[in-house]
Amino acid sequence: MAEPVTIRLTVNGEAREGRCEPRKLLADFLREDLGLTGTHVGCEHGVCGACTIHVNGEAARSCIMLAAQAEGAELRTIEGVAENGKFHPLQQAFHEKHGLQCGFCTPGMLMVALDFLRHNPDPTEAEIREAISAVLCRCTGYRDIVRAIAAGAAAMRKTAGPG
Amino acid sequence: MAAPRAPFVGRPMLRREDRRLLLGEGQYVADLVLPRMLHAAFVRSPLAHARIRSVDLSRAAAAPGVAYVLSGMQLAQLLPPVPDHQVALPGKWRTTVKHHILNPQQALLAADKVRHVGEAYAVVVAESRYAAEDAAALIEAEFDPLPAVIDPEAALAPGAAIVHEQFGTNLIAELSAAKGDAAGALAQAPHRLARRFHHERYAALPIECRGVVSEYDRRTQSLTTWSSTQVVHWVRREVAATLGMPEARVRCVALDVGGGFGIKGHVYPEDLLIPFLAREIGRPVKWIEDRHEHLMCSCHSRDQIHDVEIGFDDTGRILAFRDRFLADSGAFNPIGSGVTYNTIAHLMGPYRIDNFAAEARVVATNKVPNAPYRGAGRPEAALATERAMDLVAGALGMEPAEVRRRNMIRPDEMPYKLGIVYRDGEPIVYDGGDYAGALDKALAAVGGLAAFRERQKAARAQGRHLGLGIGCYTEGTGAGPFEGATVRIEPSGKIYVAGGACPQGQGMETIFAQVVADAWQVDIDDVVVTLADTAAIPMGFGTVASRSTVTLSAAIHHASDRLREKVFAIAANLLECGPQDLELRNGTVGVIGVPDMAVPLAKVAQAARPGWDHGRPAGIDAGLEDTYYFEPPTVTWSYAVHAVIVEVDIGTGGVRLDRYAVAHDCGVVVNPMLVEGQIIGGTVQGVGGGLFERFAYDEEGQLLTGSLMDYLAPTASDVPDIALVHLHSPSPLNPLGVKGLGEGGAIAPPVAIANAVADALRPFGAEFNSTPILPEQIVRSAQQGASRWPK
Repeated sequence: MAEPVTIRLTVNGEAREGRCEPRKLLADFLREDLGLTGTHVGCEHGVCGACTIHVNGEAARSCIMLAAQAEGAELRTIEGVAENGKFHPLQQAFHEKHGLQCGFCTPGMLMVALDFLRHNPDPTEAEIREAISAVLCRCTGYRDIVRAIAAGAAAMRKTAGPG
Repeated sequence: MAAPRAPFVGRPMLRREDRRLLLGEGQYVADLVLPRMLHAAFVRSPLAHARIRSVDLSRAAAAPGVAYVLSGMQLAQLLPPVPDHQVALPGKWRTTVKHHILNPQQALLAADKVRHVGEAYAVVVAESRYAAEDAAALIEAEFDPLPAVIDPEAALAPGAAIVHEQFGTNLIAELSAAKGDAAGALAQAPHRLARRFHHERYAALPIECRGVVSEYDRRTQSLTTWSSTQVVHWVRREVAATLGMPEARVRCVALDVGGGFGIKGHVYPEDLLIPFLAREIGRPVKWIEDRHEHLMCSCHSRDQIHDVEIGFDDTGRILAFRDRFLADSGAFNPIGSGVTYNTIAHLMGPYRIDNFAAEARVVATNKVPNAPYRGAGRPEAALATERAMDLVAGALGMEPAEVRRRNMIRPDEMPYKLGIVYRDGEPIVYDGGDYAGALDKALAAVGGLAAFRERQKAARAQGRHLGLGIGCYTEGTGAGPFEGATVRIEPSGKIYVAGGACPQGQGMETIFAQVVADAWQVDIDDVVVTLADTAAIPMGFGTVASRSTVTLSAAIHHASDRLREKVFAIAANLLECGPQDLELRNGTVGVIGVPDMAVPLAKVAQAARPGWDHGRPAGIDAGLEDTYYFEPPTVTWSYAVHAVIVEVDIGTGGVRLDRYAVAHDCGVVVNPMLVEGQIIGGTVQGVGGGLFERFAYDEEGQLLTGSLMDYLAPTASDVPDIALVHLHSPSPLNPLGVKGLGEGGAIAPPVAIANAVADALRPFGAEFNSTPILPEQIVRSAQQGASRWPK
């Protein structure tokens, strides 16, 4: 077993540090070493998208990155989306449009959608569907997620708040 | 007098579950961390069928961080196999339905033989999952390979290898049901048609895999197990039985569960083994299934081959229907005849069929065990019946919709006695519905049949291939045997409800709060709901078979009725009036017609307390709590019609869903927003079964679709916006008039899509009688058709 490595990085605006084996997956590091269990693991091979977070501002699958690769990076996870317990407009839209059922894919879905809306703040339905085809949802059949993202995008454009 | 407020039932209330889930504050079993917790990893068979000669644990036992290792051979001395309580059948069914069932019970770890790729034969427990997996790789096993039993038909041939030698056959169950004289009517029918239909093997695929965490407390000799399950009370019962503990010393909790869809609806070996390990080692043990394990050891479903014969007359009237089918049960049969009898019970669907016979044979093979998944035998029935309807129409040159309409049971024939019994042993009686109305509405919602035929013709002229497919079904929902509810009014005035149902995203915390708020005329925020915890109610059944809204709402209703009598007796004492003068209004008990005379429920609950200075009248005992176990008389019948328009690319074999509509009836709707979510979610799962999802095995029994790179599930860009049309025929069988709907959406899409693709390729004379429909089948059919019938 290789010697543990120290990993220093920024998560949701906060400097964090942890020690783990060099082989540890970033998703496991977030969940086990930093206690951020909002990021979910659905397949561990980069297909289902449930583990999606933002790494240096871009959506990335944390189950196919090593924690060591995130040394020095700025991460954002689902725990960093709401402000002081107040829903982000996109979370509010998911609530109002029934964009979630079991909630397991939801953190990944939100992180993908936030990244997408930053690049495309006023998307068509087809563009939303294409963007979130990066995340598997088995409950909703996607319709209400698509509607939630459209509504969330509209709310975000209105408030022009942080993405 | 206070105006009665609008009921909560029927309103699209936003979900109380959402906040924690959207903030990343939900807690799934993988998120649970206990002090001194260890982690388990299983060693799973690389072979489909082999005798285990030896398992060497020594190197694993010596590996860093390893606390415990165990092989199936060792475990066989310590623990019995998975108990067979879960296959118990009602006496009425056993005496009515012709059947013969063998039950190969699964050892918690394979000891003598491995029977499918993925069956566990050893387990390692270590300080971390990484360490456990490292050590698991050091376990060395020697196997004597046996011929793999893969094809269920070949499995029944003389000389086939036998999966369970003690039976001497791979035929592990036979069941049948009939009405009228199918053979006679077939022989006399003016037209006959025979076809084979195959619904391939696919599965629920929740995004959260299974997982179990268990902790044993030596002081009280009690065990708590957290399982990602749909049936906490079953798990508790089997854990207690297997470990020889009183049920009162076992608690099972399902935390937030990341989807189930039936695959988590029974007890798996890991549900029993992890508690055993926690007790044995004396430290909490966690096992979280990874996706690779999930695909090769969590139950698969579907996988039936139907040979249907149908007799009909010139008008399209069905005179006889006979179906002999094989169900590939894989290596074990954890739910017994549940799926196959469900298929039999649903074959007639919404149609009047006077002469009917169905025979099921359940075959053991070296594949992952087969168990219920959303629809549970009904999609297979719908494939057989609804494809047959289209073939009858084709043979007569009629519209498929017209053949269906002519055979559908009419609203004025309700309640309609079908002529065979349900899985609960009760005669099937359809309790209301307008099947032809649903058909018309579904067709209208995709733009209308006549308009489509014009569109199809115009498209064909341009070399494009559009097709319209229909899939109809009826669905018995809200099955027994029972569900329990405890209703308690706290001295704070809050109403606490516990139920045996176990949610996985359906929004039950919200819908049962709606039901309770109406039953007690209180604000919804004054209702506290606890589910999926055996500590909250002594007996429960769980969430399977589209049953929870039906059975738990009824249990809540009856418990509330009884408790209300006590509340009124105490309130009458406080208000110095008679109980018959009282009513519930806005969180109080008030005198009818006297707005000012009322006492809050909190005051009544305080008066009901035991001890000095209570406010109870003589003869009324302390406390405001009631528990009621609702035993439904039988199932209530939901139904739906799916209509889909596809465009087929005969060059690539691609199928694009152009429009999709569902007209459905689930009786009284508690929360329309959540109902739509259930139907659309189920429908998209069915689209997966129609176009993408399939567990493929090679001839040696190796699973070829063991990752999500190979096993394809529908994504957002694979499906259109689905149109819904709601019909409402309240059920007479329960107090609220609700019918179940959790599974329905998944039943019809595979056959509706098969019918649509066949309709699109009608010029090529193509038939699509198996699902999923693969691109290569389309390309081949179009090429063969083109060469046979050149333009």
